[in-house]
Formats: sequence, structure tokens, C-alpha cells
Amino acid sequence: MTMETATSPRSSRVHPRPWLAAYPAFFRISMLSNIQYRVAGAIWMIGMILEPLIYLTVWTTVADSQGGAVGGFTKGEFAAYYAFLLLVNHLTFTWVMHEFQYRVQYGSFSFALLRPVHPIHEDIAMNIAFKIVQLAVILPGILVLCVAFRPTFEPVGWSLALFVPVLALGFLIRFLFEWTLAMAAFWTTRVNALNQMYFSLQMFLSGRVAPIALLPLWVSDVAQHLPFYYAIGFPVEVALGRLSPEEAIKGVLLQLAWLAIMGAIIALVWKNAARRFTAVGS
Amino acid sequence: MSPVIELDRLSKSYVVPVRDAGIRAGLVSLFKRKTRTVEAVKDVSLSIEPGEIVGFLGPNGAGKTTTLKMLSGLLHPSGGRASVLGFEPWKRPNDFLQQITLVMGQRNQLIWDIPVVDSFDRNRVIYQLGREVYRQRVDELTDLLDLGELLTKPVRNLSLGERMKCEVAAALLHHPKILFLDEPTLGLDVSMQRRLREFVARYNKETGAAVLLTSHYMADVEALCPRVVVIHHGEILFDGRLVDLIEKFSAQKTLVLELEESTSAEALALYGDVVSASEGRATLRVPKKETAEVTARLLRELKVQDLNVADPPIDEVIDQIFSGAAR
Repeated sequence: MTMETATSPRSSRVHPRPWLAAYPAFFRISMLSNIQYRVAGAIWMIGMILEPLIYLTVWTTVADSQGGAVGGFTKGEFAAYYAFLLLVNHLTFTWVMHEFQYRVQYGSFSFALLRPVHPIHEDIAMNIAFKIVQLAVILPGILVLCVAFRPTFEPVGWSLALFVPVLALGFLIRFLFEWTLAMAAFWTTRVNALNQMYFSLQMFLSGRVAPIALLPLWVSDVAQHLPFYYAIGFPVEVALGRLSPEEAIKGVLLQLAWLAIMGAIIALVWKNAARRFTAVGS
Repeated sequence: MSPVIELDRLSKSYVVPVRDAGIRAGLVSLFKRKTRTVEAVKDVSLSIEPGEIVGFLGPNGAGKTTTLKMLSGLLHPSGGRASVLGFEPWKRPNDFLQQITLVMGQRNQLIWDIPVVDSFDRNRVIYQLGREVYRQRVDELTDLLDLGELLTKPVRNLSLGERMKCEVAAALLHHPKILFLDEPTLGLDVSMQRRLREFVARYNKETGAAVLLTSHYMADVEALCPRVVVIHHGEILFDGRLVDLIEKFSAQKTLVLELEESTSAEALALYGDVVSASEGRATLRVPKKETAEVTARLLRELKVQDLNVADPPIDEVIDQIFSGAAR
């Protein structure tokens, strides 16, 4: 048995987009890792379920004290809002910001840079794999919420159909946004402060604390122009059929605009981040 | 053949913040940051031919790893030029990355929680290896490195030596033409070190890949590297054959004597530095130039049963170079 020469061909067929060909394997490997951590994952997920349950309880209490409705939301509508929010938040959240600091500090990023595939692809595949595995916890969570809080939900056909692409756009916006912010780890090893600020803004302006219609008018106006809402609150409201066709179309256009902006920013920041990393080393 | 690696006055300097101890200095540094430039690598020029194994020697902080990182594309130099397989490494084009590998003894690229073979599979897709080629290479590496049942174990359950074998295998699945090995045997036991060394030698022989290796273990260098580059404070002190290094830098020879009657250390001190003396056995250190003369005197004046002239151990030579250069 002898090894071939180093000039041996890698593969007879080289995929025109190598990163695309890598997705199924990335996906499978991430699935394996996730299954390894099923208990930790489940605990994490329970935390994710508790958050909307807490806000829902608060808003139900407020609605009760106000004669059954607040700002156009009845108790049942709040329940429907938070049921969808739970699903949307789960399907769009990322953990890259926590991960990046670790990667840069411990140098695993070095290996990522030396692979002939951009590291973002593995992150996207990992993220999707995690979401799928964890649906096993989220779906029962939604069921419990529905039984306990009785949502009122009248499906609107076109709006529900629009929900799927809008959700996908929301995922990409949030993913690219957070991946970009995560790159702050290249400039400072203490990114927690930045992360904290981002999470606070996002909680408030995305519709996670309350539907943004309930915020003071000017805040809600501002929120409707920022990416946070288009990643989370907007898809939820589309699913609920609360938006007029004009509002929905305007929202989709803003989603596309934000996606383009995020894409441009990430390309720019990535180039600089990689250069920064290679200037300083780790 | 043209060189696969060429460095022309390659340099790397870092700017590091400096401040004195204490709160006062801390507060001052908040407003006025003082920095210092550290030259990690200074004007290093060398070239490496295909199939060469070159050992990079130097104490901690000499600039070995920095150089390796620049050549693999992880660091941007601050001056000079380098070409690896015709590429500028720090631009990291995919065609370049497909042909090199970097193994760092202190870092790992295998995924911690899943079986080794799944990490291998990840490299299969990253490097676009056809399934058949991949299978064949895994078999080959399993055989050579005795990976056997390790492949199905999660990485976190492996010992350091087992993990290193798997790291090396993973790093070679795509059959790189250039291997950058940074302390690949760090922390391994003697037999595992030997095993890895033999493997690297074999890989080099069979694939013709060039190997650039750093190690603190002289045994690695002695066994693998006909050519060594000694680097200290970022500069090249020596570039040549290992035997010439010893010849050039060891100012002394070691004489090992077997004597018919035991002779006191004081008496032996007349001939050279006594390293040890007991029960008719003695080891002396003498200046290289005087070796012939001292040997003649010893044979004439003492009842010598056996006499052996040797170079001092390579570790000692290296130590001498560095402590000398540091002065």
C-alpha cells in the first residue's frame, strides 16, 4: 500500500459551488453534535419558552384589568401573538455572538480561516440543524401555551402563505446582523458589553416584550424602520393576519432592503475582520 | 526544480500595549496608551525545495510560530515577501488552501463531541474529496497511524496522544503538498513521538510533500530534518545541515575514558573540564581545537583502556547557541 503523490486529484468532479456541496454534510454533523447535547439543549429551550410565557402572563393580566383588551389586542390575541412569537424567535435566533468570542480567544478561528470554504456556511447549516432538533421541545411548548391561554386566531389565507418566505427573510436578516456584530470579537476580546446592548435593544424593538403597536407612537415608528422588527415581530404579525396587504408588501420590501444592507455590511466587515485577525494573530 | 516556499526579507512586528503596574498607571493608560513595537520576525529569507523537510529551531518566542502562521496564511506580514506554491499565503485563495495543511500541537480542529470519523467526513466535503478517494485515504491513515477503534470514539474521550494522531490524519486527508507542523509532538510520550515522526517521514517520502516543522524536541529534528533553520529573536542564526550546525557551533568535544585505575577528578582536571569521574570512568569536555593534543597526552600519561571522542548532545549545542546569542 502506498500513498499517492501530492498532485493526485482531489475529486473527479469539482463542484462549481463547493460551499453549497458541503451543506448536507455540515448539516448531518451538526445534527450529531446537537443530539449529543440533548439535555443542555432542552434546558436552553425551556428558557426560550418561559420568556414569551412570562410576557404573555403580564399582558393577560393588564388586559384583564383594562376590561379585556389593550391597544387592540384581546387576551386571546395576545396568546396567539406569543404562540407565533415563540416559533419565530426559535427559528430565527442565533448564538454566534457568544461563540465568536470563544473562537477568537481559543484560536479555533485559525482553522476556520484555513479551510477552502467560508466559515459562515457551516454556521448557517449548524443553526438550521439545531432548530430542527429543538423543535421537539418548542412544539410541545407552543401546545402548552395554547391549552393554557386559549389563543384566538382567525387564519387569513394569503397572509399565512406569505408567512413562510417572510420568516425565511427574517432568519437571514437576523443571522447576518448577528454574524456581523459577532465579528466585533476581532477588535476586542470583551464583546459581552456590545452583545448586552444589542440584546436589550432587540428585546424591545423586535416585538418580543410587547407587540410594537403597543409601544409609544414614536418608538413604534422607529422600530418599524429597524431590522429587529423585520426579523421577529413582522413575521409574527404576518402570520396572525393583522396587517393589510399594503402594510405586508411594504414590510417585505423593507425586509429585502435590510437583507441587502446586511449582506453589503457583512462582506465589508468580513474582509476587514479577517485582515485584522491576520494582523494581530491569536 | 523551483522552490515551493520562498521568503524574501519577511518581517512581522506587533504593536503591544505597555503599562506599569498599579492603579495610577492603569488610569493613565486609559487616556494615553503607550505601545511598544515587538519585532517577532526580522528580515527572514530562505527557500525550500519540493520534498524537503526543514526543522525550525529556536527558544520560545523566537518567531518560529509567527513565521509558520505567515506561511500558512494566518498572519499578514509587516514587511517582505513570501510565496508558497506560487501564492501569496495571506490572501488565502482556495487553490492555495487546498494544497497546504497546518497542524498545531496546542490547538485542535477536530469537533470535540462527535466521533473522529465525523470530523474526517467534514474535511471530505470541505476539500471536495470523492468518496472513493476519501475511503482509501482513511484506510491508509488508519493503517499507518493505527487509528482503528479510535475513529468511532468522540474526540473528548481520546488521550492526548490518540487525539494528536487523529488531528494529523485529519490534516492530511486532502494530501497537502506542504505541511506546516507546529510542535506536533508536544506533550506526547516517547513512543508516540516516534510513531508520529516515522509517519511524517513516510508521508514525505511517498508523496514528496515539503515539511516545515517546529519542535522543542531535538529528537524530532534529529530524526526528521536533514536541514535546520535556527531562529532567535526573529532572525536566522543558521540555515544548513544539522551536522554542520554542530560542527559550527559546538566549540567543544566530549571525551569518554575508560581507565585501568581510578583517577581523581583533580588529576583529570589537568586535561579538560570534568563532567563526571567515577570508578575508572570519566567524561571530559575539551575545546575542539585541542582535542588531538589532549587525546595524545591522555594516552601517553594515563593508563587508558578505551577512549571515545564525540560531539556533545545536540540539545547542549542548541542551548549554547541560544545562551550565547542572548548575551
